Amino acid sequence: MAAIYKKEVRSYFTSMIGCVFIAFALVIIGLYFFANNLYGGYPYFGYSLSATIAVFMILIPILTMKSMADDRRQKTDQMLLTAPVTTWQIIFAKYLAMVTVFLVPVCVMLFYPLIMAAYGTISYAMAYASIFGFALMGFLGIAVGMFISSLTESQVISAVLTFLILFASYMAESIADMIPSTAWVSMAAFIILILAVALIVHSMTQSTLLGGGVAVIGVAVILILYFMDSTSFQGAFGDLISSLSLTGHFYNFASGIIDIPGIIYYLSGSFLFIFLADQAVEKRRWC
Amino acid sequence: MIEVKNLVKKYGDHVAVDHLTFTVEKGQIYGFLGPNGAGKSTTMNIMTGYIGATEGEVLIDGHDILKDAQEAKKCIGYLPEIPPVYPDMTVEEYLHFSAQLKGVKKSEQEAQIERVMKMTEVEDVAGRLIKNLSKGYRQRVGLAHAIMGFPPIIILDEPTVGLDPKQIIEIRQLIRELSKEHTIILSSHILSEISEICDYVMIIAHGKLIASDTTQNLTKMMQGQNIYNFLVKGEKDQVRQALEQIGGIEKIDINPYREENIVDVTVECSVEPAHDGRDVSADEESVKTTRRDYREEIFYALAHAECPMMASAKYVSLEDIFLELTEETDAQNINKKEKRRFLLKRPKAEEVQDNGSDL
Repeated sequence: MAAIYKKEVRSYFTSMIGCVFIAFALVIIGLYFFANNLYGGYPYFGYSLSATIAVFMILIPILTMKSMADDRRQKTDQMLLTAPVTTWQIIFAKYLAMVTVFLVPVCVMLFYPLIMAAYGTISYAMAYASIFGFALMGFLGIAVGMFISSLTESQVISAVLTFLILFASYMAESIADMIPSTAWVSMAAFIILILAVALIVHSMTQSTLLGGGVAVIGVAVILILYFMDSTSFQGAFGDLISSLSLTGHFYNFASGIIDIPGIIYYLSGSFLFIFLADQAVEKRRWC
Repeated sequence: MIEVKNLVKKYGDHVAVDHLTFTVEKGQIYGFLGPNGAGKSTTMNIMTGYIGATEGEVLIDGHDILKDAQEAKKCIGYLPEIPPVYPDMTVEEYLHFSAQLKGVKKSEQEAQIERVMKMTEVEDVAGRLIKNLSKGYRQRVGLAHAIMGFPPIIILDEPTVGLDPKQIIEIRQLIRELSKEHTIILSSHILSEISEICDYVMIIAHGKLIASDTTQNLTKMMQGQNIYNFLVKGEKDQVRQALEQIGGIEKIDINPYREENIVDVTVECSVEPAHDGRDVSADEESVKTTRRDYREEIFYALAHAECPMMASAKYVSLEDIFLELTEETDAQNINKKEKRRFLLKRPKAEEVQDNGSDL
């Protein structure tokens, strides 16, 4: 596993992607840091960080796009998968390598609050909590990107899809706000969601029984729940959407809260997507 | 060493590997022979744990390739069809990575990398980026990865593809050298290669194992028959009449040839030695030495009938067995008894082209 990790980290710096990622990240953060905190004299570093999130939505797909897709295209996955290491070790080593590259600009950020402190009083706790939250959010973004990369052979598709997903998740709260919070709208939305899931299940398993079963049971459960207690449906769909928001918990960190559910959210989310990437690789070996 | 039991691999409705069963013993060179798309690479990919089988199991040195993957994979060095090299690494970096990946001890790494580089002759390009190397060198770097760590089993998928003749000879020598301490399985659609270096041949067509024997036995099987094939200038009936004069001929098959006035004749003769009446069918070795040679008789008979012989039979080689067996499977009428009877056929003009690209 150490071998793959070392090789991956090195490849990020020999293929320029790593250098470009770090340079671009530092330029953007530096710019916002200078404009807000130094020039503008605003004492909260978390404010600058949250302004850079949109840029990271583009940078993270660039970092993750080749992680799994390139191995597959060049057939070098044959070397890894026939070596005496498990798929999990391969995936995790690759993930750690990306996290390492991501942590380089984050480590540089650690100095910014110190620079700010030279010109006035700032809350270290708030500044470092926001950097911590930012790092956690990055871990989840990287895991999502790696999963998408494991689904395709094309780096471009991988990058574009990852960007779309990260962007949708970035917008999730704004989208949730626009959804009417009446109970029956939520109910209808859940039913549409269940039907979509049933369609996916059907197309993946080619089983009408399974797909139909999911649809019928899902719709029945929702209807029963709705008629038993329709008030709990109020705004439920909006809550579901906003729970997919990548940034929601980060804003808590940025305002100086050590958000324990946020830590769990980011770490378990990362784990879920690493697991899914592992499953995607395993699945391909079987068909 | 390796046990493959009832291996099946399906891609949707397409059956790539169809109930393949064989065992591989230690210290020999095995050859997988088959036309393109026969399932050679798929079988190798399953044996090395790259892909999973739909049914069946593979045991490497007693370890199941799926359930006990780590241990099983430690025993195998694999060179896939396309060498799995990283274009952005130098040869040396790549081999270091390969050694670490395969868990070669740190203290032995340097020495072993040097040894492997020497064996595969990539020292000259050690510092160059793999993306700038020629196909032949990439192949050798891939081979270096396969033998790194000196695993007991080395599996090579078409190891000599893309190499020049001199390199091919070098690689063959290397394979022979390796076979002293390792079990080697290699695949090829090049017959001469298989017959030259392999001790044992497995012929695969349409995912089925259709023949598996030592190289010697397979060739001997053919020589056990007395079949001649030649081109004769003359009329069909005339030739037939001339040949019927010779005693001991069992079957005469005359086909038109692409040149005018020339016919393609296949003659099947009895194996009996005719002269001393000794029963030789029991002893195959003696068949070779005492078998009656009809060539002279055929020549004089045809000369007498004023039908000049234009070209005579080629030596019966593995190629004929291969063509015969794979064609039989193509026709989907494999009769197990028929399998051992090879009718020698000169491929027709268009077949020559088709098969020519393959062989």
